[in-house]
Amino acid sequence: MMSEAAVEKALDLKMNTVPYKMIGKDVSVYYGEKRALFDVNLNIRENTVTALIGPSGCGKSTFLRTLNRMNDTIENCRVSGRITLDEDDIYDPSIDVVELRARVGMVFQKPNPFPKSIYENVVYGPRIHGLARTKAEFDEIVETSLQKAGLFNEVKDRLHEPGTGLSGGQQQRLCIARAVAVSPEVILMDEPCSALDPIATAKVEELIHELRANFTIVIVTHSMQQAARVSQRTAMFHLGNLVEENDTDKMFTNPDDQRTQDYIMGRFG
Amino acid sequence: MTELATPTVRVSTRPAESRRDIGIKRRYAAERRFRAYGISAIVLGLFFLAVLLSTVIKNGYTAFQQTTITLPIEFSEKVIDPKNERATDPKQLMTANYPLLVRDALVKQLGLDATKRPLVKQATDMVSASARTQLRDIVVADPSVIGKTIPVTLLAEANIDSAFKGQIDLSVDESKRKVKDRQVAWMNQLADAGVLKKSFNTGIFSFGASSRPEAAGVGVALVGSLYMMLIVLVLSLPIGVAASIYLEEFAPKNRLTDLIEVNINNLAAVPSIVYGLLGLAVFVNFAGMPRSAALVGGFVLTLMTLPTIIIATRAALKAVPPSIRSAALGLGASKMQTIFHHVLPLAMPGILTGTIIGLAHALGETAPLLLIGMVAFVVDYPGSPMEPSTALPVQIYMWANEAERAFVERTSGAIIILLIFLVFMNLGAILLRRRFERRW
Repeated sequence: MMSEAAVEKALDLKMNTVPYKMIGKDVSVYYGEKRALFDVNLNIRENTVTALIGPSGCGKSTFLRTLNRMNDTIENCRVSGRITLDEDDIYDPSIDVVELRARVGMVFQKPNPFPKSIYENVVYGPRIHGLARTKAEFDEIVETSLQKAGLFNEVKDRLHEPGTGLSGGQQQRLCIARAVAVSPEVILMDEPCSALDPIATAKVEELIHELRANFTIVIVTHSMQQAARVSQRTAMFHLGNLVEENDTDKMFTNPDDQRTQDYIMGRFG
Repeated sequence: MTELATPTVRVSTRPAESRRDIGIKRRYAAERRFRAYGISAIVLGLFFLAVLLSTVIKNGYTAFQQTTITLPIEFSEKVIDPKNERATDPKQLMTANYPLLVRDALVKQLGLDATKRPLVKQATDMVSASARTQLRDIVVADPSVIGKTIPVTLLAEANIDSAFKGQIDLSVDESKRKVKDRQVAWMNQLADAGVLKKSFNTGIFSFGASSRPEAAGVGVALVGSLYMMLIVLVLSLPIGVAASIYLEEFAPKNRLTDLIEVNINNLAAVPSIVYGLLGLAVFVNFAGMPRSAALVGGFVLTLMTLPTIIIATRAALKAVPPSIRSAALGLGASKMQTIFHHVLPLAMPGILTGTIIGLAHALGETAPLLLIGMVAFVVDYPGSPMEPSTALPVQIYMWANEAERAFVERTSGAIIILLIFLVFMNLGAILLRRRFERRW
């Protein structure tokens, strides 16, 4: 087991050569008069799990939500700076927010399946984006998405039962399947395991690990161990500033910044 | 040694009273008192409800029975059409002396001397004057009955009806009551012969306005109320829901929308008679719509119901968890799709409940209808919402102003009909709520 981990880490060391999927330059966010993010420069690498860590209120969730413009739904919220997704400025007026969110999916802190059947939950995204036409195509999307989310075997006999009847962990994986069904390029996860028990958390973490092959993942987490387990890159936020961004290994063994060191050691936050 | 021992002792024997005196007994007593208040409030409420319902039902159940007199009527050609003109002059059948047929039949039935006019007059007074139109309708519908003798069930006059139901105190001096001793005797004679009896009163549901209680019913009022409910539903549900969705989901939160919100809340509290004045000024006087029409009534009630529906709908929309919106938006649904695919279905039970309660409120509303002239004496069914009609609560109001004993029971009877409608509407609200309710 140690050797497997060692192999993975050796692979991860090549991180610096992986191209950027999203580039954030001088990103600042204001909630009315209050400034929540201060000129953050953070790039997200392709097919990589990037963990955002930091104490509560440090702006990590705010940054995450700028990546698919979920901040647009908050009144008085203003974003400055430049964020690109494959060269496209996502705040450019020519970019449609609906299309952006189809490319950058999101999984939330609390599992939030629609109060509909499992099947309906998964096909909703493909349906509104016109990704399939026939029943057979939708069935296929449902099956592959649920398989990718590691949920298919558990629910294949009750696809038409309500999604809200599943356990918390299953609901969260259903939400991941729902996000995956739209075939996004990036998946944002806002503390996806904070409402789950350790076993469900382990399953979701395993899933994140597998999803990395096909998707770029950005995850906000409060758990240092989780960041260490699932991510290849880690970014540390503090008081609205990006403190440090580094390979996860380096971050947890030999961080460049004293504040990172202190936070990881549990001296604050 | 002692110095060391003393503090340990002090710690272990903390004064028991100070630790326990946190008012446990008082707290429980307060809780018991509060429960007692609640129970007594509910008991009081139920008591008044029981009094109300029992009074209405006690006074009103007799309205659903009507005394009838079945007489073999001889449709004599001599009386109806003595000169045999009906082929050339159809008016002849409309203006014939039908009461004479009733008189003849009654005289024969009671075995009276037809020459004693006051006596005969008293006898024919026992039959409702509506017999004229009833017989006329029979003959006009089928002129071949002329010359035949057919048993016809006629309505008893209201006072006879009341007397037969035992509602008139016969111990009062004869000169002071409307039913004379001789009539009572005939009444009993006819009842013994099986000619005069009580039967279910279908007329109260089908007749229009009439100054004769036995021929009065809520038929026109029911049709008027039905038209108005349809107009209110068709107008206020879409307008109210659309306004709520815009205000709740799309409108920016600023002074203007705050002002609109305050005004909507205030409008819900505006006395309904003010809406009546508004309707009179705008719809009738300015727009020139017909008076007494269900159309105008429907418009006025729509204005009155809108604030209720908007407030209920906004509350229902607000109650949908924000996580559902985030989920849909995060998948790339547009705002419109988010609302119509997810938020609105989840808010539907609340919206429907609010709408039906608003409708029930509108169904029972009287004051604004009085101002736009729906307090009219309408005999014929309105063929369209543009024609004059009345409404159920207005009919109750009008009957409550009448003095006859028979109108008293009809007032309560109409109240029972109105209450039954309201119960069904509320039942519908509950069922719809159950049907649409989803857990999340």
